[in-house]
Amino acid sequence: MQQFFPNGIEPYLVGGLVMGLAVSFAFAMSGLVTGMSTVFSSTWSFFSRSAYFQQDRLVSTRGWRLALAVGLVLGGVLFLVTVADGMTFRTHVADWQLAVGGFIAGFGARMSNGCTSGHGICGIGSFQLPSILAVVTFLVTAIVTAQLVGMVGGS
Amino acid sequence: MKASTLIVALLTGVLFGFGLSYSTMIRPEVILSFLRFRDLGLLFVLGGAVVVTAAAYHVLPKLMAKPVFGVAFGKHPSEMTKRTIGGAALFGVGWGLSGVCPGPAIAGLGAGNWPLLISIVGMLAGAYVQGLVASRS
Repeated sequence: MQQFFPNGIEPYLVGGLVMGLAVSFAFAMSGLVTGMSTVFSSTWSFFSRSAYFQQDRLVSTRGWRLALAVGLVLGGVLFLVTVADGMTFRTHVADWQLAVGGFIAGFGARMSNGCTSGHGICGIGSFQLPSILAVVTFLVTAIVTAQLVGMVGGS
Repeated sequence: MKASTLIVALLTGVLFGFGLSYSTMIRPEVILSFLRFRDLGLLFVLGGAVVVTAAAYHVLPKLMAKPVFGVAFGKHPSEMTKRTIGGAALFGVGWGLSGVCPGPAIAGLGAGNWPLLISIVGMLAGAYVQGLVASRS
């Protein structure tokens, strides 16, 4: 087993539990279901007149979704100034992979109406079969893609 | 929009972003080594988050008639459609290529992982094109 967990499990488990507490807090306080990908669509509703972006479920939630995104940045800052202890996080993944991968992931997550948090945490957390199938699907395509990219010498 | 909703969302983001950072998911290298079976620790991130969330989603509505500040408990809008599964398949390709997904991309910026800005611009562009395509169909 050790070979599959070379960095132990503590940061993973503790981080995951904190994330679960955050999602639970939003639900308990305001009934919010906090998937993270919708902000990438709802924010366009401020600028685009197109019918898709003007639908009520994006327009009526765009304010708090933007606040959630600002909070995410601040959470990263909080980590950096408290427990990061001089750690740096600058990625060495190639720029083209970040750009093209980001575009495909953004398109796909919005088409699917969920990502690793929306389907993965909120969807599985409410035992929704479509979300469970979505998670299995994106895990399979992500594993295949990452393995292939690794074989041809990508980051 | 109620001020309480904005404040709750902001605090949720801070806590979630801290958790994401602590879990090391804000490093694309960690995601990629998970997808290449070199470090399966991410299973504990998902597992830990799902267990706490599932408990809250199922217990809280039985304990409280409504959220503290809200009118009703929300539900993740999950539909069994080709778009849900096809979109997920595409999302996986992008995630496997970059090692970046929406939450960690945004939280990672706060922790100083600046190159993730490239992915965020990519995601905004991808979501925009997806919206235009969906508007036409």
